[in-house]
Amino acid sequence: METSVNKNVYKVKKDSAFDRLDPSELVFKIISYTFVIVFAILCLYPLVYCLSGAISGAEAVENGDIILWPVDVQFDAFAAVVSNRTFWIAYCSTIFITLYGTIYAMILSVLGGYALSRKNMFGNKFFNFLLIFTMWFTAGTIPMYLNYADTRDFFTSIGIADQKWTVVIAMGMAAFNIILLRNAFESVPKEINEAAIVDGANDFQIMSKIAVPMSKATIATVALFYGISRWNGYFWASRIVQNSNDQPLQVYIQSWIAVYTDPDRVPVSYDTYSEMSIVYSMIIAAIIPILIIYPFIQKYFAAGVNMGGVKE
Amino acid sequence: MAATTNEPQVKKAFDQRASNDEVEAIEREHWRGILRDIVRDWRLYLMFLPLLLFLILWKYLPISSMIIAFKYYLPTDGVYGSVFTGLSNYQTLLSTGAFWSAFRNTFILSFYGLCFGFPFPIILALFFSEIKNRIVLSVVQVLTYLPKFISTVVMVSIVAMLIRAGGVSSPGPIGSLLQSWFGWSDLINDPKAFRAIYTISGIWQTGGYSSIVYFAAILAISPTNYEAARIDGANKMQQLRYVTIPGMAGTLVIMLILNIGQLLTIGYEKVYLLQTYGTDTYETSEIVATYVIHGFMTAQQGVGTAADMFNSLLSMVLVLGSNKIAKKVSNTSLF
Repeated sequence: METSVNKNVYKVKKDSAFDRLDPSELVFKIISYTFVIVFAILCLYPLVYCLSGAISGAEAVENGDIILWPVDVQFDAFAAVVSNRTFWIAYCSTIFITLYGTIYAMILSVLGGYALSRKNMFGNKFFNFLLIFTMWFTAGTIPMYLNYADTRDFFTSIGIADQKWTVVIAMGMAAFNIILLRNAFESVPKEINEAAIVDGANDFQIMSKIAVPMSKATIATVALFYGISRWNGYFWASRIVQNSNDQPLQVYIQSWIAVYTDPDRVPVSYDTYSEMSIVYSMIIAAIIPILIIYPFIQKYFAAGVNMGGVKE
Repeated sequence: MAATTNEPQVKKAFDQRASNDEVEAIEREHWRGILRDIVRDWRLYLMFLPLLLFLILWKYLPISSMIIAFKYYLPTDGVYGSVFTGLSNYQTLLSTGAFWSAFRNTFILSFYGLCFGFPFPIILALFFSEIKNRIVLSVVQVLTYLPKFISTVVMVSIVAMLIRAGGVSSPGPIGSLLQSWFGWSDLINDPKAFRAIYTISGIWQTGGYSSIVYFAAILAISPTNYEAARIDGANKMQQLRYVTIPGMAGTLVIMLILNIGQLLTIGYEKVYLLQTYGTDTYETSEIVATYVIHGFMTAQQGVGTAADMFNSLLSMVLVLGSNKIAKKVSNTSLF
């Protein structure tokens, strides 16, 4: 819908005699371009700064000479991070949590969201309420912490010592994402569902053959949201996971940052790089997967999220 | 295919002063119909089951254990075995100055977010809509939405590095600049700077992404409205005032109301992480959630839960109230 509106704008501009801009419009246009481009650069700047910090020489980093571009380029800090075994253990933990966490959350959300979209199911209103109530009223940190700790102890007691599973299972789903999916499934035209029912399709078939394929954009968006929030999750992962071998990347990075930025600590200097460059390198390594996936999925979420949660 | 309620029949039965037996028969038929529907839809219930189990085990179980707000909780006794103490946890909590200070900070921090964080994406969307060059538009959109997807740990650490200054090794460019201009140093540890850091970094992170909703609202305004305004001689400011703003008024009102509803539910992860860099900022940075995390995770969980409950109840009132207003104002609501 968005693109068609856009096309219209072009058409009107081209075909009519309104090619000339009024001075106030011209000024506004110039302000717009300037503001938007400056903001876009500001959004990118911290990342470029990080990258420059990661690959700049020891002296330049310690003196704060880096403004934008790297000075005295070196790749030793990055190599030191990448050759560290504990870093890869944390990286793999995060991949594990992201992969299984997203699959698990998507199974819960797509199945549940589809059931919630079927208004003629007895008890549908009550089930919807059960979900939505969790958006209104949250248990707060202490009860959640006690609950997660119990979950972890229970999993350990039944022989699942890998605490990553607790993060995967207990973090589960987000009510808002399920509502996005439910609304997408609801917007499938009734006639198509009815035709499928006449053809003898059951709910499993309607969901897998009609509802899911017709809601691809929303499903991609929701999967992206889950994936990103699992990849980026810090607080609860840091509370749930006690084994350092199961620590995800964000927890690992935060623990190193805490060490390196401790004001009472005398920095260790290496030959070619500063220890701050290690932090910058870890940050870059943590962002890279998001940067790779993001452009492919970016086009979906403008369509998938637009007031997706809002019901009229 | 709703449950067979037989409403006309019921009505008829009453009209004819039906005997008890007849009414009972109709009721039985009604329940049998519901049962039939349940059996027919067994697949839907099966699909909902995993989600239902999740909701019960990891959403409602914690809510039910909030009962320890009224108990003297000891981990050895468990949630249900601990002794009831009535409102004594609340008495302890509400007589603590630190709690009220945290409560105040929560409101102020959210209020700053509302004052500065709310208008920014709207202005950005107005500017976005002026950009007709497709390539420029998609590039700036990709770049401005990006920070939203960067983790809080990374974002907060980048902020901390950028504003580092004042007698530390590897000062950041923004920190050095502010130090040479205004003589500010150690901003991350400065209680007076905390709210500004929190709000500005919030705008940086979500400003672009939040503009999507408004941008869509602006794109939905028919171009003929602008054309008509131009024929009438409207300049750009007048076009904004009389075409754009009224055209997106619905979205504006809803988003404003919903934002007000979120006043008490600010993300504590960011505050918590910012505090790990500046431990001196507590007087302005401590919000209810971090107050609970710092003070009651391992001891006096009952008092902490009382604080959680206080916050949750108040924010529920805000959310529901604002939602109700949104429904009234524009016939639109989130729930």
